[in-house]
Amino acid sequence: MINNESIVEEVVGQFGQKVFGFEEPFGLLTFTTNASDLIEVVGFLKNHPQFKFGFLTDLAGIHFPDNTGGELCSVCMLHSWENNIRVRIKVFVPISDPKVPTLTTLFAAANWQERETFDFYGIEYIGHPNLKRILNMEDMDYFPMRKEYPLEDATREDKIDALFGR
Amino acid sequence: MEDNIPMAENTLILPKDSNDALALNVPMVEDKQYSTLNLGPVHPATHGIFQNILTMDGEKIVDSEQTVGYIHRAFEKIAERRPFYQITTLTDRLNYCSSPINNFGWHMTVEKLLGVKVPKRAEYIRVIMMELARISDHLICNSILGVDTGAYSGFLYVMQEREKIYEIYEEVCGARLTTNMGRIGGMERDLSPTAIAKIRDLVFNSFPKVWAEFETLFNRNKIFRDRIQNVGAISSARAMEYGFTGPNLRATGVDYDVRVIEPYSSYEDFDFEIPIGHKGDTFDRFMVRNGEVWESLKIIQQAIENLPEGPYYADEDHYYLPPKKEVYSSMEALIYHFKIVMGEIDAPVGEVYHAVEGGNGELGFYLISDGGRTPFRLHFRRPSFIYYQAYPEMCKGLTISDAVVIMSSLNVIAGELDA
Repeated sequence: MINNESIVEEVVGQFGQKVFGFEEPFGLLTFTTNASDLIEVVGFLKNHPQFKFGFLTDLAGIHFPDNTGGELCSVCMLHSWENNIRVRIKVFVPISDPKVPTLTTLFAAANWQERETFDFYGIEYIGHPNLKRILNMEDMDYFPMRKEYPLEDATREDKIDALFGR
Repeated sequence: MEDNIPMAENTLILPKDSNDALALNVPMVEDKQYSTLNLGPVHPATHGIFQNILTMDGEKIVDSEQTVGYIHRAFEKIAERRPFYQITTLTDRLNYCSSPINNFGWHMTVEKLLGVKVPKRAEYIRVIMMELARISDHLICNSILGVDTGAYSGFLYVMQEREKIYEIYEEVCGARLTTNMGRIGGMERDLSPTAIAKIRDLVFNSFPKVWAEFETLFNRNKIFRDRIQNVGAISSARAMEYGFTGPNLRATGVDYDVRVIEPYSSYEDFDFEIPIGHKGDTFDRFMVRNGEVWESLKIIQQAIENLPEGPYYADEDHYYLPPKKEVYSSMEALIYHFKIVMGEIDAPVGEVYHAVEGGNGELGFYLISDGGRTPFRLHFRRPSFIYYQAYPEMCKGLTISDAVVIMSSLNVIAGELDA
């Protein structure tokens, strides 16, 4: 029987200190790894004879402005259809040098999702075959989903945050 | 390549794909002259605004490059400043052919975060509305595929049934296309007797006849089949790699359906089958959608026959609006009404992923809440966006008329593609 505990056991047994921050929000196993180990960890889960995490469900970026040294997060979610279990893997990278290896070598589906994450967060996927903006216009010079870009016009005084914002 | 397929043959159906040879992989030659052709951004056959720059060798497509994002509306950014209930209207505009599925998917995500248990009656009503939405989604896709191949009458014929579905939406929530149906914690109102009568009439009388006739128009029509069979085939392994879900994946022979593998909203109560194809070509996609319409009808019939009694919303004061009558007469209700409408209620901290089976596949909501009144981060897993990447590979070596039917049968919805 494959469950979160057995995956944690196997992954920690294989990678030791390279994987950390295990948690299970709403039953979905989540852990963190280093950018340099991402390909190895995801490849291990994909090709594992029992786990068979053969499907990349989702890939997204997150910006944590207060997390110094790891402001940007690239999170990917794998799904094992045979065992019907999901796992979420996070990589934190500094905003000054946001470089994450690409998953396109393992999943073709990662191509556009990584382009989207690059487009909105500026995370550079090393080795991506065609890393350019996808939804925004190509001459845009900033990454709009980062938290420093407010949605509302910052010069407006009537829309104060206490009433209308976060 | 084959060794990497992470599936055992005894559990999921893995057809030996005979169509790999059909996709003529024409390599580009250096000193040869190719012509470039723009398919889109505005072209009647693309059903939405997206561009394909095709590189043609005579009549054959050797390469194509897609440009998307023409109707990008930054929903994920907007959602970071909106209270949870206001995000429902954004989800309407993702896959606008089946907006109730998006609405309820979002509501269920928030309910998961809040830990709300929705009563059985509300779940059944949701199932009915979601399956109606799936029918209208597949109905549009399949009939438009007919239009793209020159068969207009089927489209016009089934359109009156979509009108009936939209009348049911109207009866249930007041809107037709961008429905904003239901609320966090249940439905905004119970199914009215008129709505039940309309649903019953649709699923027991009018629709099965019309759909059967639609199938006789197309399924064994020689011209139609010659046009779409063996066109745009993709193997199940490639489809999985490309992140296909929904009917497009099931056409390749993999029986993955979120309704079955992770049942939500009481789908485990219903008896239905997952139609699958085996070649993954345009004809299989057409037939899988046809079959799914019948299964959806079965689900609605079961749900409407066994509709449980009881409340249609959960006891969730902080998110479910109090009855209007009480708002005008009682202090507490007025306060709650005000707090909900102004979005002053903080959500618990949490990280949720919830997926529903949308019209096109697994529609996922990845929500991170930091305890504020709005999401800290909301990501939509949009099936169209993910599987549309495979389009250049699918139309390689084929002609423009094939490229048109492939796009039509993939059911790429611009709203969902661009978010």
